[in-house]
Amino acid sequence: MTSSMIRLGVDIGGTFTDVVLEKGDALFSTKVLTTYAAPEDAIIDGMHRVCTKAGVSPSQIGQIIHGTTLATNALIERRGAKTALITTEGFRDVIEMRTESRFEQYDLNLNLPEPLLPRHMRFTVPGRVDAKGKILVRLDRADIEAVVDRIAEAGFDSVAIGLIHSYLNPAHERLVREVLLERLPDIFVSISSEVSPQMREYERFNTVVANAYIKPLMASYLGRLEARLKAEGTDGRIFLMHSGGGIISIQNAADFPVRLVESGPAGGAVFAAHIAARYGLDKVLSFDMGGTTAKICLIKNQTPKTARVFEVARTYRFKKGSGMPISIPVIDMVEIGAGGGSLAHVDAMRQIRVGPESAGSEPGPACYGRGGERPGVTDADLVLGKLDPDNFAGGSIKLHPDQSKKALAVHIGDKLAMDPQEAAFGVAEVVDENMANAARVHAVENGEDLSEYTMIAFGGAAPLHAGRLCEKLGVDRLLVPPGAGVGSAIGFLRAPFSFEANRSVYMQLSDFDPDVITALLAELKAEAEGFVRSCDAESPILSEYKAYMRYSGQGWEIPVALNEAQATAPDAATFAARFEEDYAKLFGRPVVGMDIEITVWSVNANTPSETVRRVARVPMGGEAAHVGTRQVFDPVRGSYLGAQVIDRDAMQDGQHAQGPAAITEAETTIIIPASRTALRQPDGCIDITAKGAAS
Amino acid sequence: MSQQHSTVAYQVMWNRLISVVEEQAQALVRTAFSTSVREAGDLSAGVYDTQGQMLAQAVTGTPGHVNAMADAVAHFIRRIGRQNILEGDIYITNDPWEGTGHLHDITMVTPSFHKGVLVGFFACTAHIVDIGGRGFGADAQSVYEEGLYIPIMKFAVQGEVDETLTRIIRGNVREPDQLIGDIYALATCNEIGHRRLVDMMEEFALDHLDDVANFILENSRRATLERIAALPRSSADGSMTMDGFDAPITLKVSVRIEADRIVTDFTGTSGVDKKGINCPLVYTKAYACYALKVAIAAEIPNNAASLAPFEVTAPENTIVNALHPAPVALRHIVGHFVPDAVYDAFDKLVPGLVPAEGAGCLCNFQVSLRPRTDAAAPADARRSEVLTFNSGGSGARPMYDGLNATAFPSGVMTMPIEATEHAGPVIIWRKELRPDSGGAGKTRGGLGQYMEVGAQEGHEFDIQAMFDRVDHPARGRRGGRGGAPTTIIRDDGDAMRGKGKQFVPHGRRVVMAFPGGAGYGDAAERPKAQVMRDLALGYISAETAALDYGLGAEDIAAVEAAVRNGEPV
Repeated sequence: MTSSMIRLGVDIGGTFTDVVLEKGDALFSTKVLTTYAAPEDAIIDGMHRVCTKAGVSPSQIGQIIHGTTLATNALIERRGAKTALITTEGFRDVIEMRTESRFEQYDLNLNLPEPLLPRHMRFTVPGRVDAKGKILVRLDRADIEAVVDRIAEAGFDSVAIGLIHSYLNPAHERLVREVLLERLPDIFVSISSEVSPQMREYERFNTVVANAYIKPLMASYLGRLEARLKAEGTDGRIFLMHSGGGIISIQNAADFPVRLVESGPAGGAVFAAHIAARYGLDKVLSFDMGGTTAKICLIKNQTPKTARVFEVARTYRFKKGSGMPISIPVIDMVEIGAGGGSLAHVDAMRQIRVGPESAGSEPGPACYGRGGERPGVTDADLVLGKLDPDNFAGGSIKLHPDQSKKALAVHIGDKLAMDPQEAAFGVAEVVDENMANAARVHAVENGEDLSEYTMIAFGGAAPLHAGRLCEKLGVDRLLVPPGAGVGSAIGFLRAPFSFEANRSVYMQLSDFDPDVITALLAELKAEAEGFVRSCDAESPILSEYKAYMRYSGQGWEIPVALNEAQATAPDAATFAARFEEDYAKLFGRPVVGMDIEITVWSVNANTPSETVRRVARVPMGGEAAHVGTRQVFDPVRGSYLGAQVIDRDAMQDGQHAQGPAAITEAETTIIIPASRTALRQPDGCIDITAKGAAS
Repeated sequence: MSQQHSTVAYQVMWNRLISVVEEQAQALVRTAFSTSVREAGDLSAGVYDTQGQMLAQAVTGTPGHVNAMADAVAHFIRRIGRQNILEGDIYITNDPWEGTGHLHDITMVTPSFHKGVLVGFFACTAHIVDIGGRGFGADAQSVYEEGLYIPIMKFAVQGEVDETLTRIIRGNVREPDQLIGDIYALATCNEIGHRRLVDMMEEFALDHLDDVANFILENSRRATLERIAALPRSSADGSMTMDGFDAPITLKVSVRIEADRIVTDFTGTSGVDKKGINCPLVYTKAYACYALKVAIAAEIPNNAASLAPFEVTAPENTIVNALHPAPVALRHIVGHFVPDAVYDAFDKLVPGLVPAEGAGCLCNFQVSLRPRTDAAAPADARRSEVLTFNSGGSGARPMYDGLNATAFPSGVMTMPIEATEHAGPVIIWRKELRPDSGGAGKTRGGLGQYMEVGAQEGHEFDIQAMFDRVDHPARGRRGGRGGAPTTIIRDDGDAMRGKGKQFVPHGRRVVMAFPGGAGYGDAAERPKAQVMRDLALGYISAETAALDYGLGAEDIAAVEAAVRNGEPV
């Protein structure tokens, strides 16, 4: 990636399509409404706007990096193709039987989400591979042909093939594909041994089904986008952001569209990782809060934490288990139903509850004055003085504090004998506590102590809540970067070309076979590098190796990073030592005397990220000029305090503001609690630290 | 310097304590060795005040720990003695009567000290792989044969682990490293809870938990009592019969709603069994209480006050109040049927709320594989133990169909068959829904499932079956029909039993069909569109559609055409 190249980052979100153009050091951004019927229209519109701002023509754009929620939305809204599944005889219902458990135990009327493909669209073939990859029962062409006849008759557009133990031996899946394509050459086919070669049939089958389901839609969209951009005179190559935080070619994206799921939030994490690199921070908690949800991600050594499986389309209060699992490399994030629009109510225990139900943009929270009667988080923020009623969203929406107070009184205050201010305090505290708890649980699951972390906050609602969240989490430092409203699109521009290849191959250390490992890792490396090479023919490629290990008998593997030497000349003693070291870090102490096993292997190939220019921290200079003061509630003191109001754009490098303060900008307001001091850094970040903390 | 806190602050603290116990449970899931914990979620964690009153409990895979956990800490305080409770101590037991119902559950309790003063306790429980004795099964005649018994005692004294105890434990179990690993995992899980509690107390400048405890318990009690007060004050009887081991077992129950409590009594229930399917009262209480609570006060978190109004009594030496030394290893089988018995009574008091009977107990089995003995075994043949958890269908609800192949009342998960086949030389040939097994009704019972299990070439095996509802399928409610019974047979046609260890020779498979849930309401009232959908999805056959639901030939033909054309249904 040459820095002289003009590049475009495009993020299609649920409401807005964000477009950012990078020219040298300068960024030009715009937000346009997402055009659902033809999403490429918004991109073209946004592209022209930023080109005009930057004074360049579309033909000068060298690269377009694109991320989109279209794949996620197609899964959530069930708008995919007419798709069939071909699976192993005896296992027709794997994607429907799920884990055979109820994700909410205390609801007699619980209903489980419908599988992506109903039962009559799931077909079976004989043939069986065992847990060592050996063929137990042969699969004949005649058996496959019988199923193909039915698929042809029903007129399916796309087919997923998922057979038992195919991650060990893909021969049967390939044979089914071959027979299918001989007869129906134009049909879209996805096979599980390519889409997600990992053990655990429910996750793997569901992943291949999701891929097949959105493949025609995404292929068609990407084709149209390419053509439209050409027609506008843009010759730049198009790349897609994937859920793992890297970028892949448009062809790979069309083949494996399931990898595009959650690419927007992944861009946000990459954005935060880039800020972390600029500041040389090794432990960062990214906090992205929008209208309906908040997302939290751990970023260590400037790399977002990744996972191998995640859940999409949760159907029940964002509850774990209520969505569908997708096993692909993904940036590991916690998402909870807490955003500016989240609605509050009082439950049977007379406790205030917030979310996950959201007011959306229509009618919106009560303060929008558009008929919303129930109080949302934004109403609480307004009553607490965190928002200026006359200057919300750049003055485009006039807020009505009286409506907020009324809604808070009717739905909260009157029931709990609280005045509207106290009710607002309660709502804000509950939502902040919910987010803090999610962050704490995530940290515990990863063996991390958040008090050593720095928070990076972005997204419209984050700067209003991040200060309080830091107080709750014992986090001393908070950075609010500029461009936070289009963070994901900026993140796309910072992402490397990368691809993670992984495979389940089971091995016990007591039965260690170095030759198998060497060959497997070399194969995975070649696969991953192939993807990267198709995007970038020249840059050096770095490979990261991981083995997912656990004690025999445990159910949770932990990823253990291996260096080049360990990967190319593996030995059991080193693997054991590396595992025990990481295990002790996570869970306190290793367990003596247990055998260790490896279940999954992965190789992540990526181009080196661009050299980051470190921000030279400025010393604390003079006080920033304030344009006024207003009363802002301080939850620690439990009372309103007079806060200085400062215009972010007018704040000079090195100038500071003592909390309580409100730093306003067009899209949002940064609330500086009484316990903190804010300082403007040379790159425009607002650097907020605890008073008295050594930073 | 205890200070007054606002209502908002107490709410935050309550939320925090719930989050603390969820974290505690999560840490356990990630580090435990026992399949039942890590895959199935058979564990629990809670935080208590200094009186041993439970303030918050993690929602995990099993309601069986609900009351058991609530009562356990009080037993520990009594047995250890207040004066002996010291900072750094960790306590342990697997007492079925003072813990959670059988020797296979280890409960650990850690006192929590802040600034040198006892402020509360953390407790957690997990189902462990093996505790010695005869192994996990119903074969023992008394609890003495079921494994090692650890009375309530100190595992660590002021931070020093009792090495004598760990040596005794190691010497008495089949998988000593795993069990010690699990015990340490339990201790770690309490430690994590303790650290987070101290953080909270520092943040809010608390010296004790008394005020927040009062806040939690008062609000929970009031909310629970409001729910009870809204019910009719009356009583009703119910019963249900299950296969049992050698003879059927009948659970008899009366449910009485009073102004400030619901009393469930099991007088008339069958006596204790010779086999290890007896249930200590604490486990019966847990499931009776869960059944009522999920029906009338589901969203009120479990704690001492929200559980107290649900009183459960049973005469001694009934199968639901088995006393020491009755064998109790498989107490879950009876325990899982308690909700069906309670609902039989409760439905007469409050119609339209509770489901029809379902599969009830989990359809678990264990296979013990070994090299074939009838002929030369291949060199790589090996011994292996493989346990699986599976579910039948749940009962139809007044408004919704029952859930297909989904556990109720238990909340545990099944394992992927690909993982099961890595655990030993077992082959699962089939695991899929069982059409026509859900009882017909206005709402249909959930489908059970088929499973077929065999061994790799060169192996034979014993199967330890733990199934019920072979002779007593789920009964329908308000005109709904029954669910299909359990069947188990060898693939060569040899008969097999629903419970107990049975030999399967080389080359043979076991073919099982797990029970469906029962229907609710008259099948004639089921909307035709739903019958047609069931037919299209293959939940019911064309014969059932015609016979049970009266679907006409043209409609059946239309459905079949739609399926051929791959049309959405």
